[in-house]
Amino acid sequence: MKNKSSQPPAKCLRNRKQRATTFLFTAPYIIWMCVFILIPLGVVFFYAMTDANTGLFTFANLSKVFSPAFMKIFGRSIWYSLLASAICLVIGYPVAYFIARQKPSVQRTLYLLVMLPMCMSFLLRTLAWVGLLQDTGIINRFLGLFGIGPLHLIRNTGAVILGMVYNYLPYMIMPLYTVIMKIDPLLIEAAEDLGCNSRRTFQKVIFPLSIPGIVSGVTMVFVPAVSTFYISQKLGSTSTTMIGDVIESQFKTAYNPNLGAALSLVLMVLIFVCVGIMNRFAGSDTEGQVVV
Amino acid sequence: MKRLNKIYTILIFLFLYAPMVVLIVASFNTGKDITHFEGFTLRQYGELFRDSKLLPLLMNSLKIALASSLIATVMGTAAAIGIYRMKPKMRAAILTVTNIPMTNPDIVTGVSLSLLFVFLGALFKINGVLSMWTLLIAHITFNLPYVILNVMPKLSQMDPSLEEAAMDLGCTPFQAFYKVTLHEIMPGVISGGIMAFTMSLDDFVISYFVYGPNFVTLPVEIYNYTKKPLQPKIYALFTLLFAVILLLMMLMNLFQARGEKKKQLSRSH
Amino acid sequence: MKKLTALFAAAALTLACCTGCANLATNATDPGKQDATGDQGALDGKEVTINVYNWGQYISEGDEGSMDVIAEFEKAYPNIHVNYSTYDTNETLYTKLKTGGISVDVIIPSDYMIGRMIEEDMLLPLNFDNIPNYQYIDEAYRGAAYDPENQYSVPYTWGTVGIVYNTKYVDPADVTGWELLWNEKYSGKILMFGNSRDAFGIAEAMLGYSLNTTDEQELQAAADKLHAQRPLVQQYVMDEIFSIMENGEAWIAPYYAGDCLFMMENNPDLAFFRPEEQGFNFFLDAMCIPKCCQNKDAAELFINFLCKPEIAGGNMDYLGYGVPETAAKEFMDQEVVTSEIAYPGAEILSHGSIFMNLPTETLQRMEELWLWAKTS
Repeated sequence: MKNKSSQPPAKCLRNRKQRATTFLFTAPYIIWMCVFILIPLGVVFFYAMTDANTGLFTFANLSKVFSPAFMKIFGRSIWYSLLASAICLVIGYPVAYFIARQKPSVQRTLYLLVMLPMCMSFLLRTLAWVGLLQDTGIINRFLGLFGIGPLHLIRNTGAVILGMVYNYLPYMIMPLYTVIMKIDPLLIEAAEDLGCNSRRTFQKVIFPLSIPGIVSGVTMVFVPAVSTFYISQKLGSTSTTMIGDVIESQFKTAYNPNLGAALSLVLMVLIFVCVGIMNRFAGSDTEGQVVV
Repeated sequence: MKRLNKIYTILIFLFLYAPMVVLIVASFNTGKDITHFEGFTLRQYGELFRDSKLLPLLMNSLKIALASSLIATVMGTAAAIGIYRMKPKMRAAILTVTNIPMTNPDIVTGVSLSLLFVFLGALFKINGVLSMWTLLIAHITFNLPYVILNVMPKLSQMDPSLEEAAMDLGCTPFQAFYKVTLHEIMPGVISGGIMAFTMSLDDFVISYFVYGPNFVTLPVEIYNYTKKPLQPKIYALFTLLFAVILLLMMLMNLFQARGEKKKQLSRSH
Repeated sequence: MKKLTALFAAAALTLACCTGCANLATNATDPGKQDATGDQGALDGKEVTINVYNWGQYISEGDEGSMDVIAEFEKAYPNIHVNYSTYDTNETLYTKLKTGGISVDVIIPSDYMIGRMIEEDMLLPLNFDNIPNYQYIDEAYRGAAYDPENQYSVPYTWGTVGIVYNTKYVDPADVTGWELLWNEKYSGKILMFGNSRDAFGIAEAMLGYSLNTTDEQELQAAADKLHAQRPLVQQYVMDEIFSIMENGEAWIAPYYAGDCLFMMENNPDLAFFRPEEQGFNFFLDAMCIPKCCQNKDAAELFINFLCKPEIAGGNMDYLGYGVPETAAKEFMDQEVVTSEIAYPGAEILSHGSIFMNLPTETLQRMEELWLWAKTS
């Protein structure tokens, strides 16, 4: 799927008229992306580098970002979202595998059922978790019937990670399913014929072939998880503040867009580095994204 | 082993659906507290339809989702075709930029756009620059990559000689494009459009940074709602939306199943 | 009590209508009514929309039989449509206006924030010819320090800050003062203000400092106090507080007295305590028009409407905050008006202090310290 596209029909380009249409087709998009993607990032950079009061160039915002307090929050955000990605991968893989091995009609139904939660308001779904987990919540009321608890299930690290896993699990299952489904059953049969037991077949054939899906899935869980602010606000405690919370507060309550921009800038660079490493690890560059 | 996997999958689905069940049950609750079911009532649905605020906001969301996904689909499909015909280097560069909003966390995209809008608003002295238009622009921006990434694979799957063959058979380039290329990539265009639509409908984070008080979308209002003592009519709205989406998905499923059968039939002939 | 309140509000409404009609018939000089017809003419019947930006849970919206203030306004002025949205802290409001990009016509910030907005030239002077109902505002609430010449603001409510706690779980012996919020016995069941100024105010009151201190060391000490409290705090909240306190998820929280009354109606286990000896914040919230306003005349009509005694009475009856007009009290539930929580006597109020606007550097420092205290 990847290499087929890298050789466009070169002769088409010879035609001048076609080149003109190509330009005409792409120009609106290119202009759009320059104005609404590249320039805004430039504006973020500009804010990050200027002083709130004087408007002069400064490194003060960035140096604040690199203070131990913020670094701790960055570290925590990355750690939580890596953990959430790993858990999503481990619990999502068997589901994706199961779906991919069903009859096409069942596959479609199950796939839609995975997708459906993504279409519903994630704010309300997260709020439902608060209702389930809190000390006076549904689970504890239920346990209370048996004289257990109340257990402290919410406002801790576990609850934040649970919230992330819950919200982003479909993002993991979908790309995994897509790649596993595409694995030729003949390959698996061949491996079995050659004497592989099911574990070795998985190790040698299925898993390696699903790596693009894994990379794509991990990226799709990691990126929103690392920058979330709603999940940690609702399910977290006062010691699980994430970087998204801080950025949000700088733009929404503390009126310090300069510090907020500096934090955003660092977060962005950090994510590009993380995603880059993941893609390098998988030996593909942009392909991971396309699998969805 | 197989049975184990089945049970496991069922458990995961339970995990995914449990919170939604909680919300749906809460919509029929006579009490206000989500954790405590006091009795059955349909009162919340009545309240919802009497509410003069939530339904117009749902309309706002639908308007933005429809407009932005349509514009993004047209612009994105055209761009994908253009990009596909470009020289590899140029193409790689553009695809990298295309990937930025996908890889960038929503909060950074939202923040960057809001800074831009406010900056431009101050520059051109536009009072109340954050409006329906800024929301629309933001939504088109994050929808475009979904369209392009859905259309590109279809383009590369297409046999490049098809279009030439059409022209050899007397089609004008426009006809060839319209009858062959567009027809071939249509599934990608449609799935890209649908994806853009759903992304836009459910977007909270980016909208939260670029909305103005005159034009609010449903997810943004829900966020404001969840900060206050929650009014249970929001659960009723959730339940109705859930029913609609479930219905749409079932229809889509049926539609696809039929399409597949047709394909199989025509193949066997 | 809730039902009673609702009933009374309904009664007040009918009464309001009756007096309104009677006034129209007999007394053409009643200012409330006069401008209602007069100013409609001033807007030339033009269709306009005004954006009103208010605190959450800060206007009576017709729940449970109470007065729907905005609907009443739109009924009185059919050509003016109100687009109502809410914020949860003064700082959110400030940030929103300062960031720009929006157009808002009426806002209701608190004392210190009004001072800051005046200083930073963010407000428009009001035309009091359009707000004749200003006459009903009691002398005591006029000419406050934040707006000494009464140019920019019309008082909406006043109130005090205290502690709301759940008597089912909290030992009365522990209810001694602000230190209740630092009591390790209730770790995880304590809520704290989700905004810097109110949170610092409490720490400062407890440490015996002025609530308007600009002293770096005192600020640092207050921040240390808040930082030490963080592990005990379940959440930093604003409007979310209602459900959390009402269903017993948390037991102790500092909040505004009016809202505490509201919560106590929904959960009879809740009680209110005001640490009088240590000092507490006394606040005044007032209606203002920001510079980004686009319909100043309509905005002034709205402000004027809210000052109408029957409207102010019906509104505050539901909210439980202090009404700054004596004339409005006759439209209210006497149980609320005589409540020590909503209307503490002068002796108690003498212990309270009002927040003043602080120098920008102090505010920025406070914001920085606040971020540090609640996150690291």
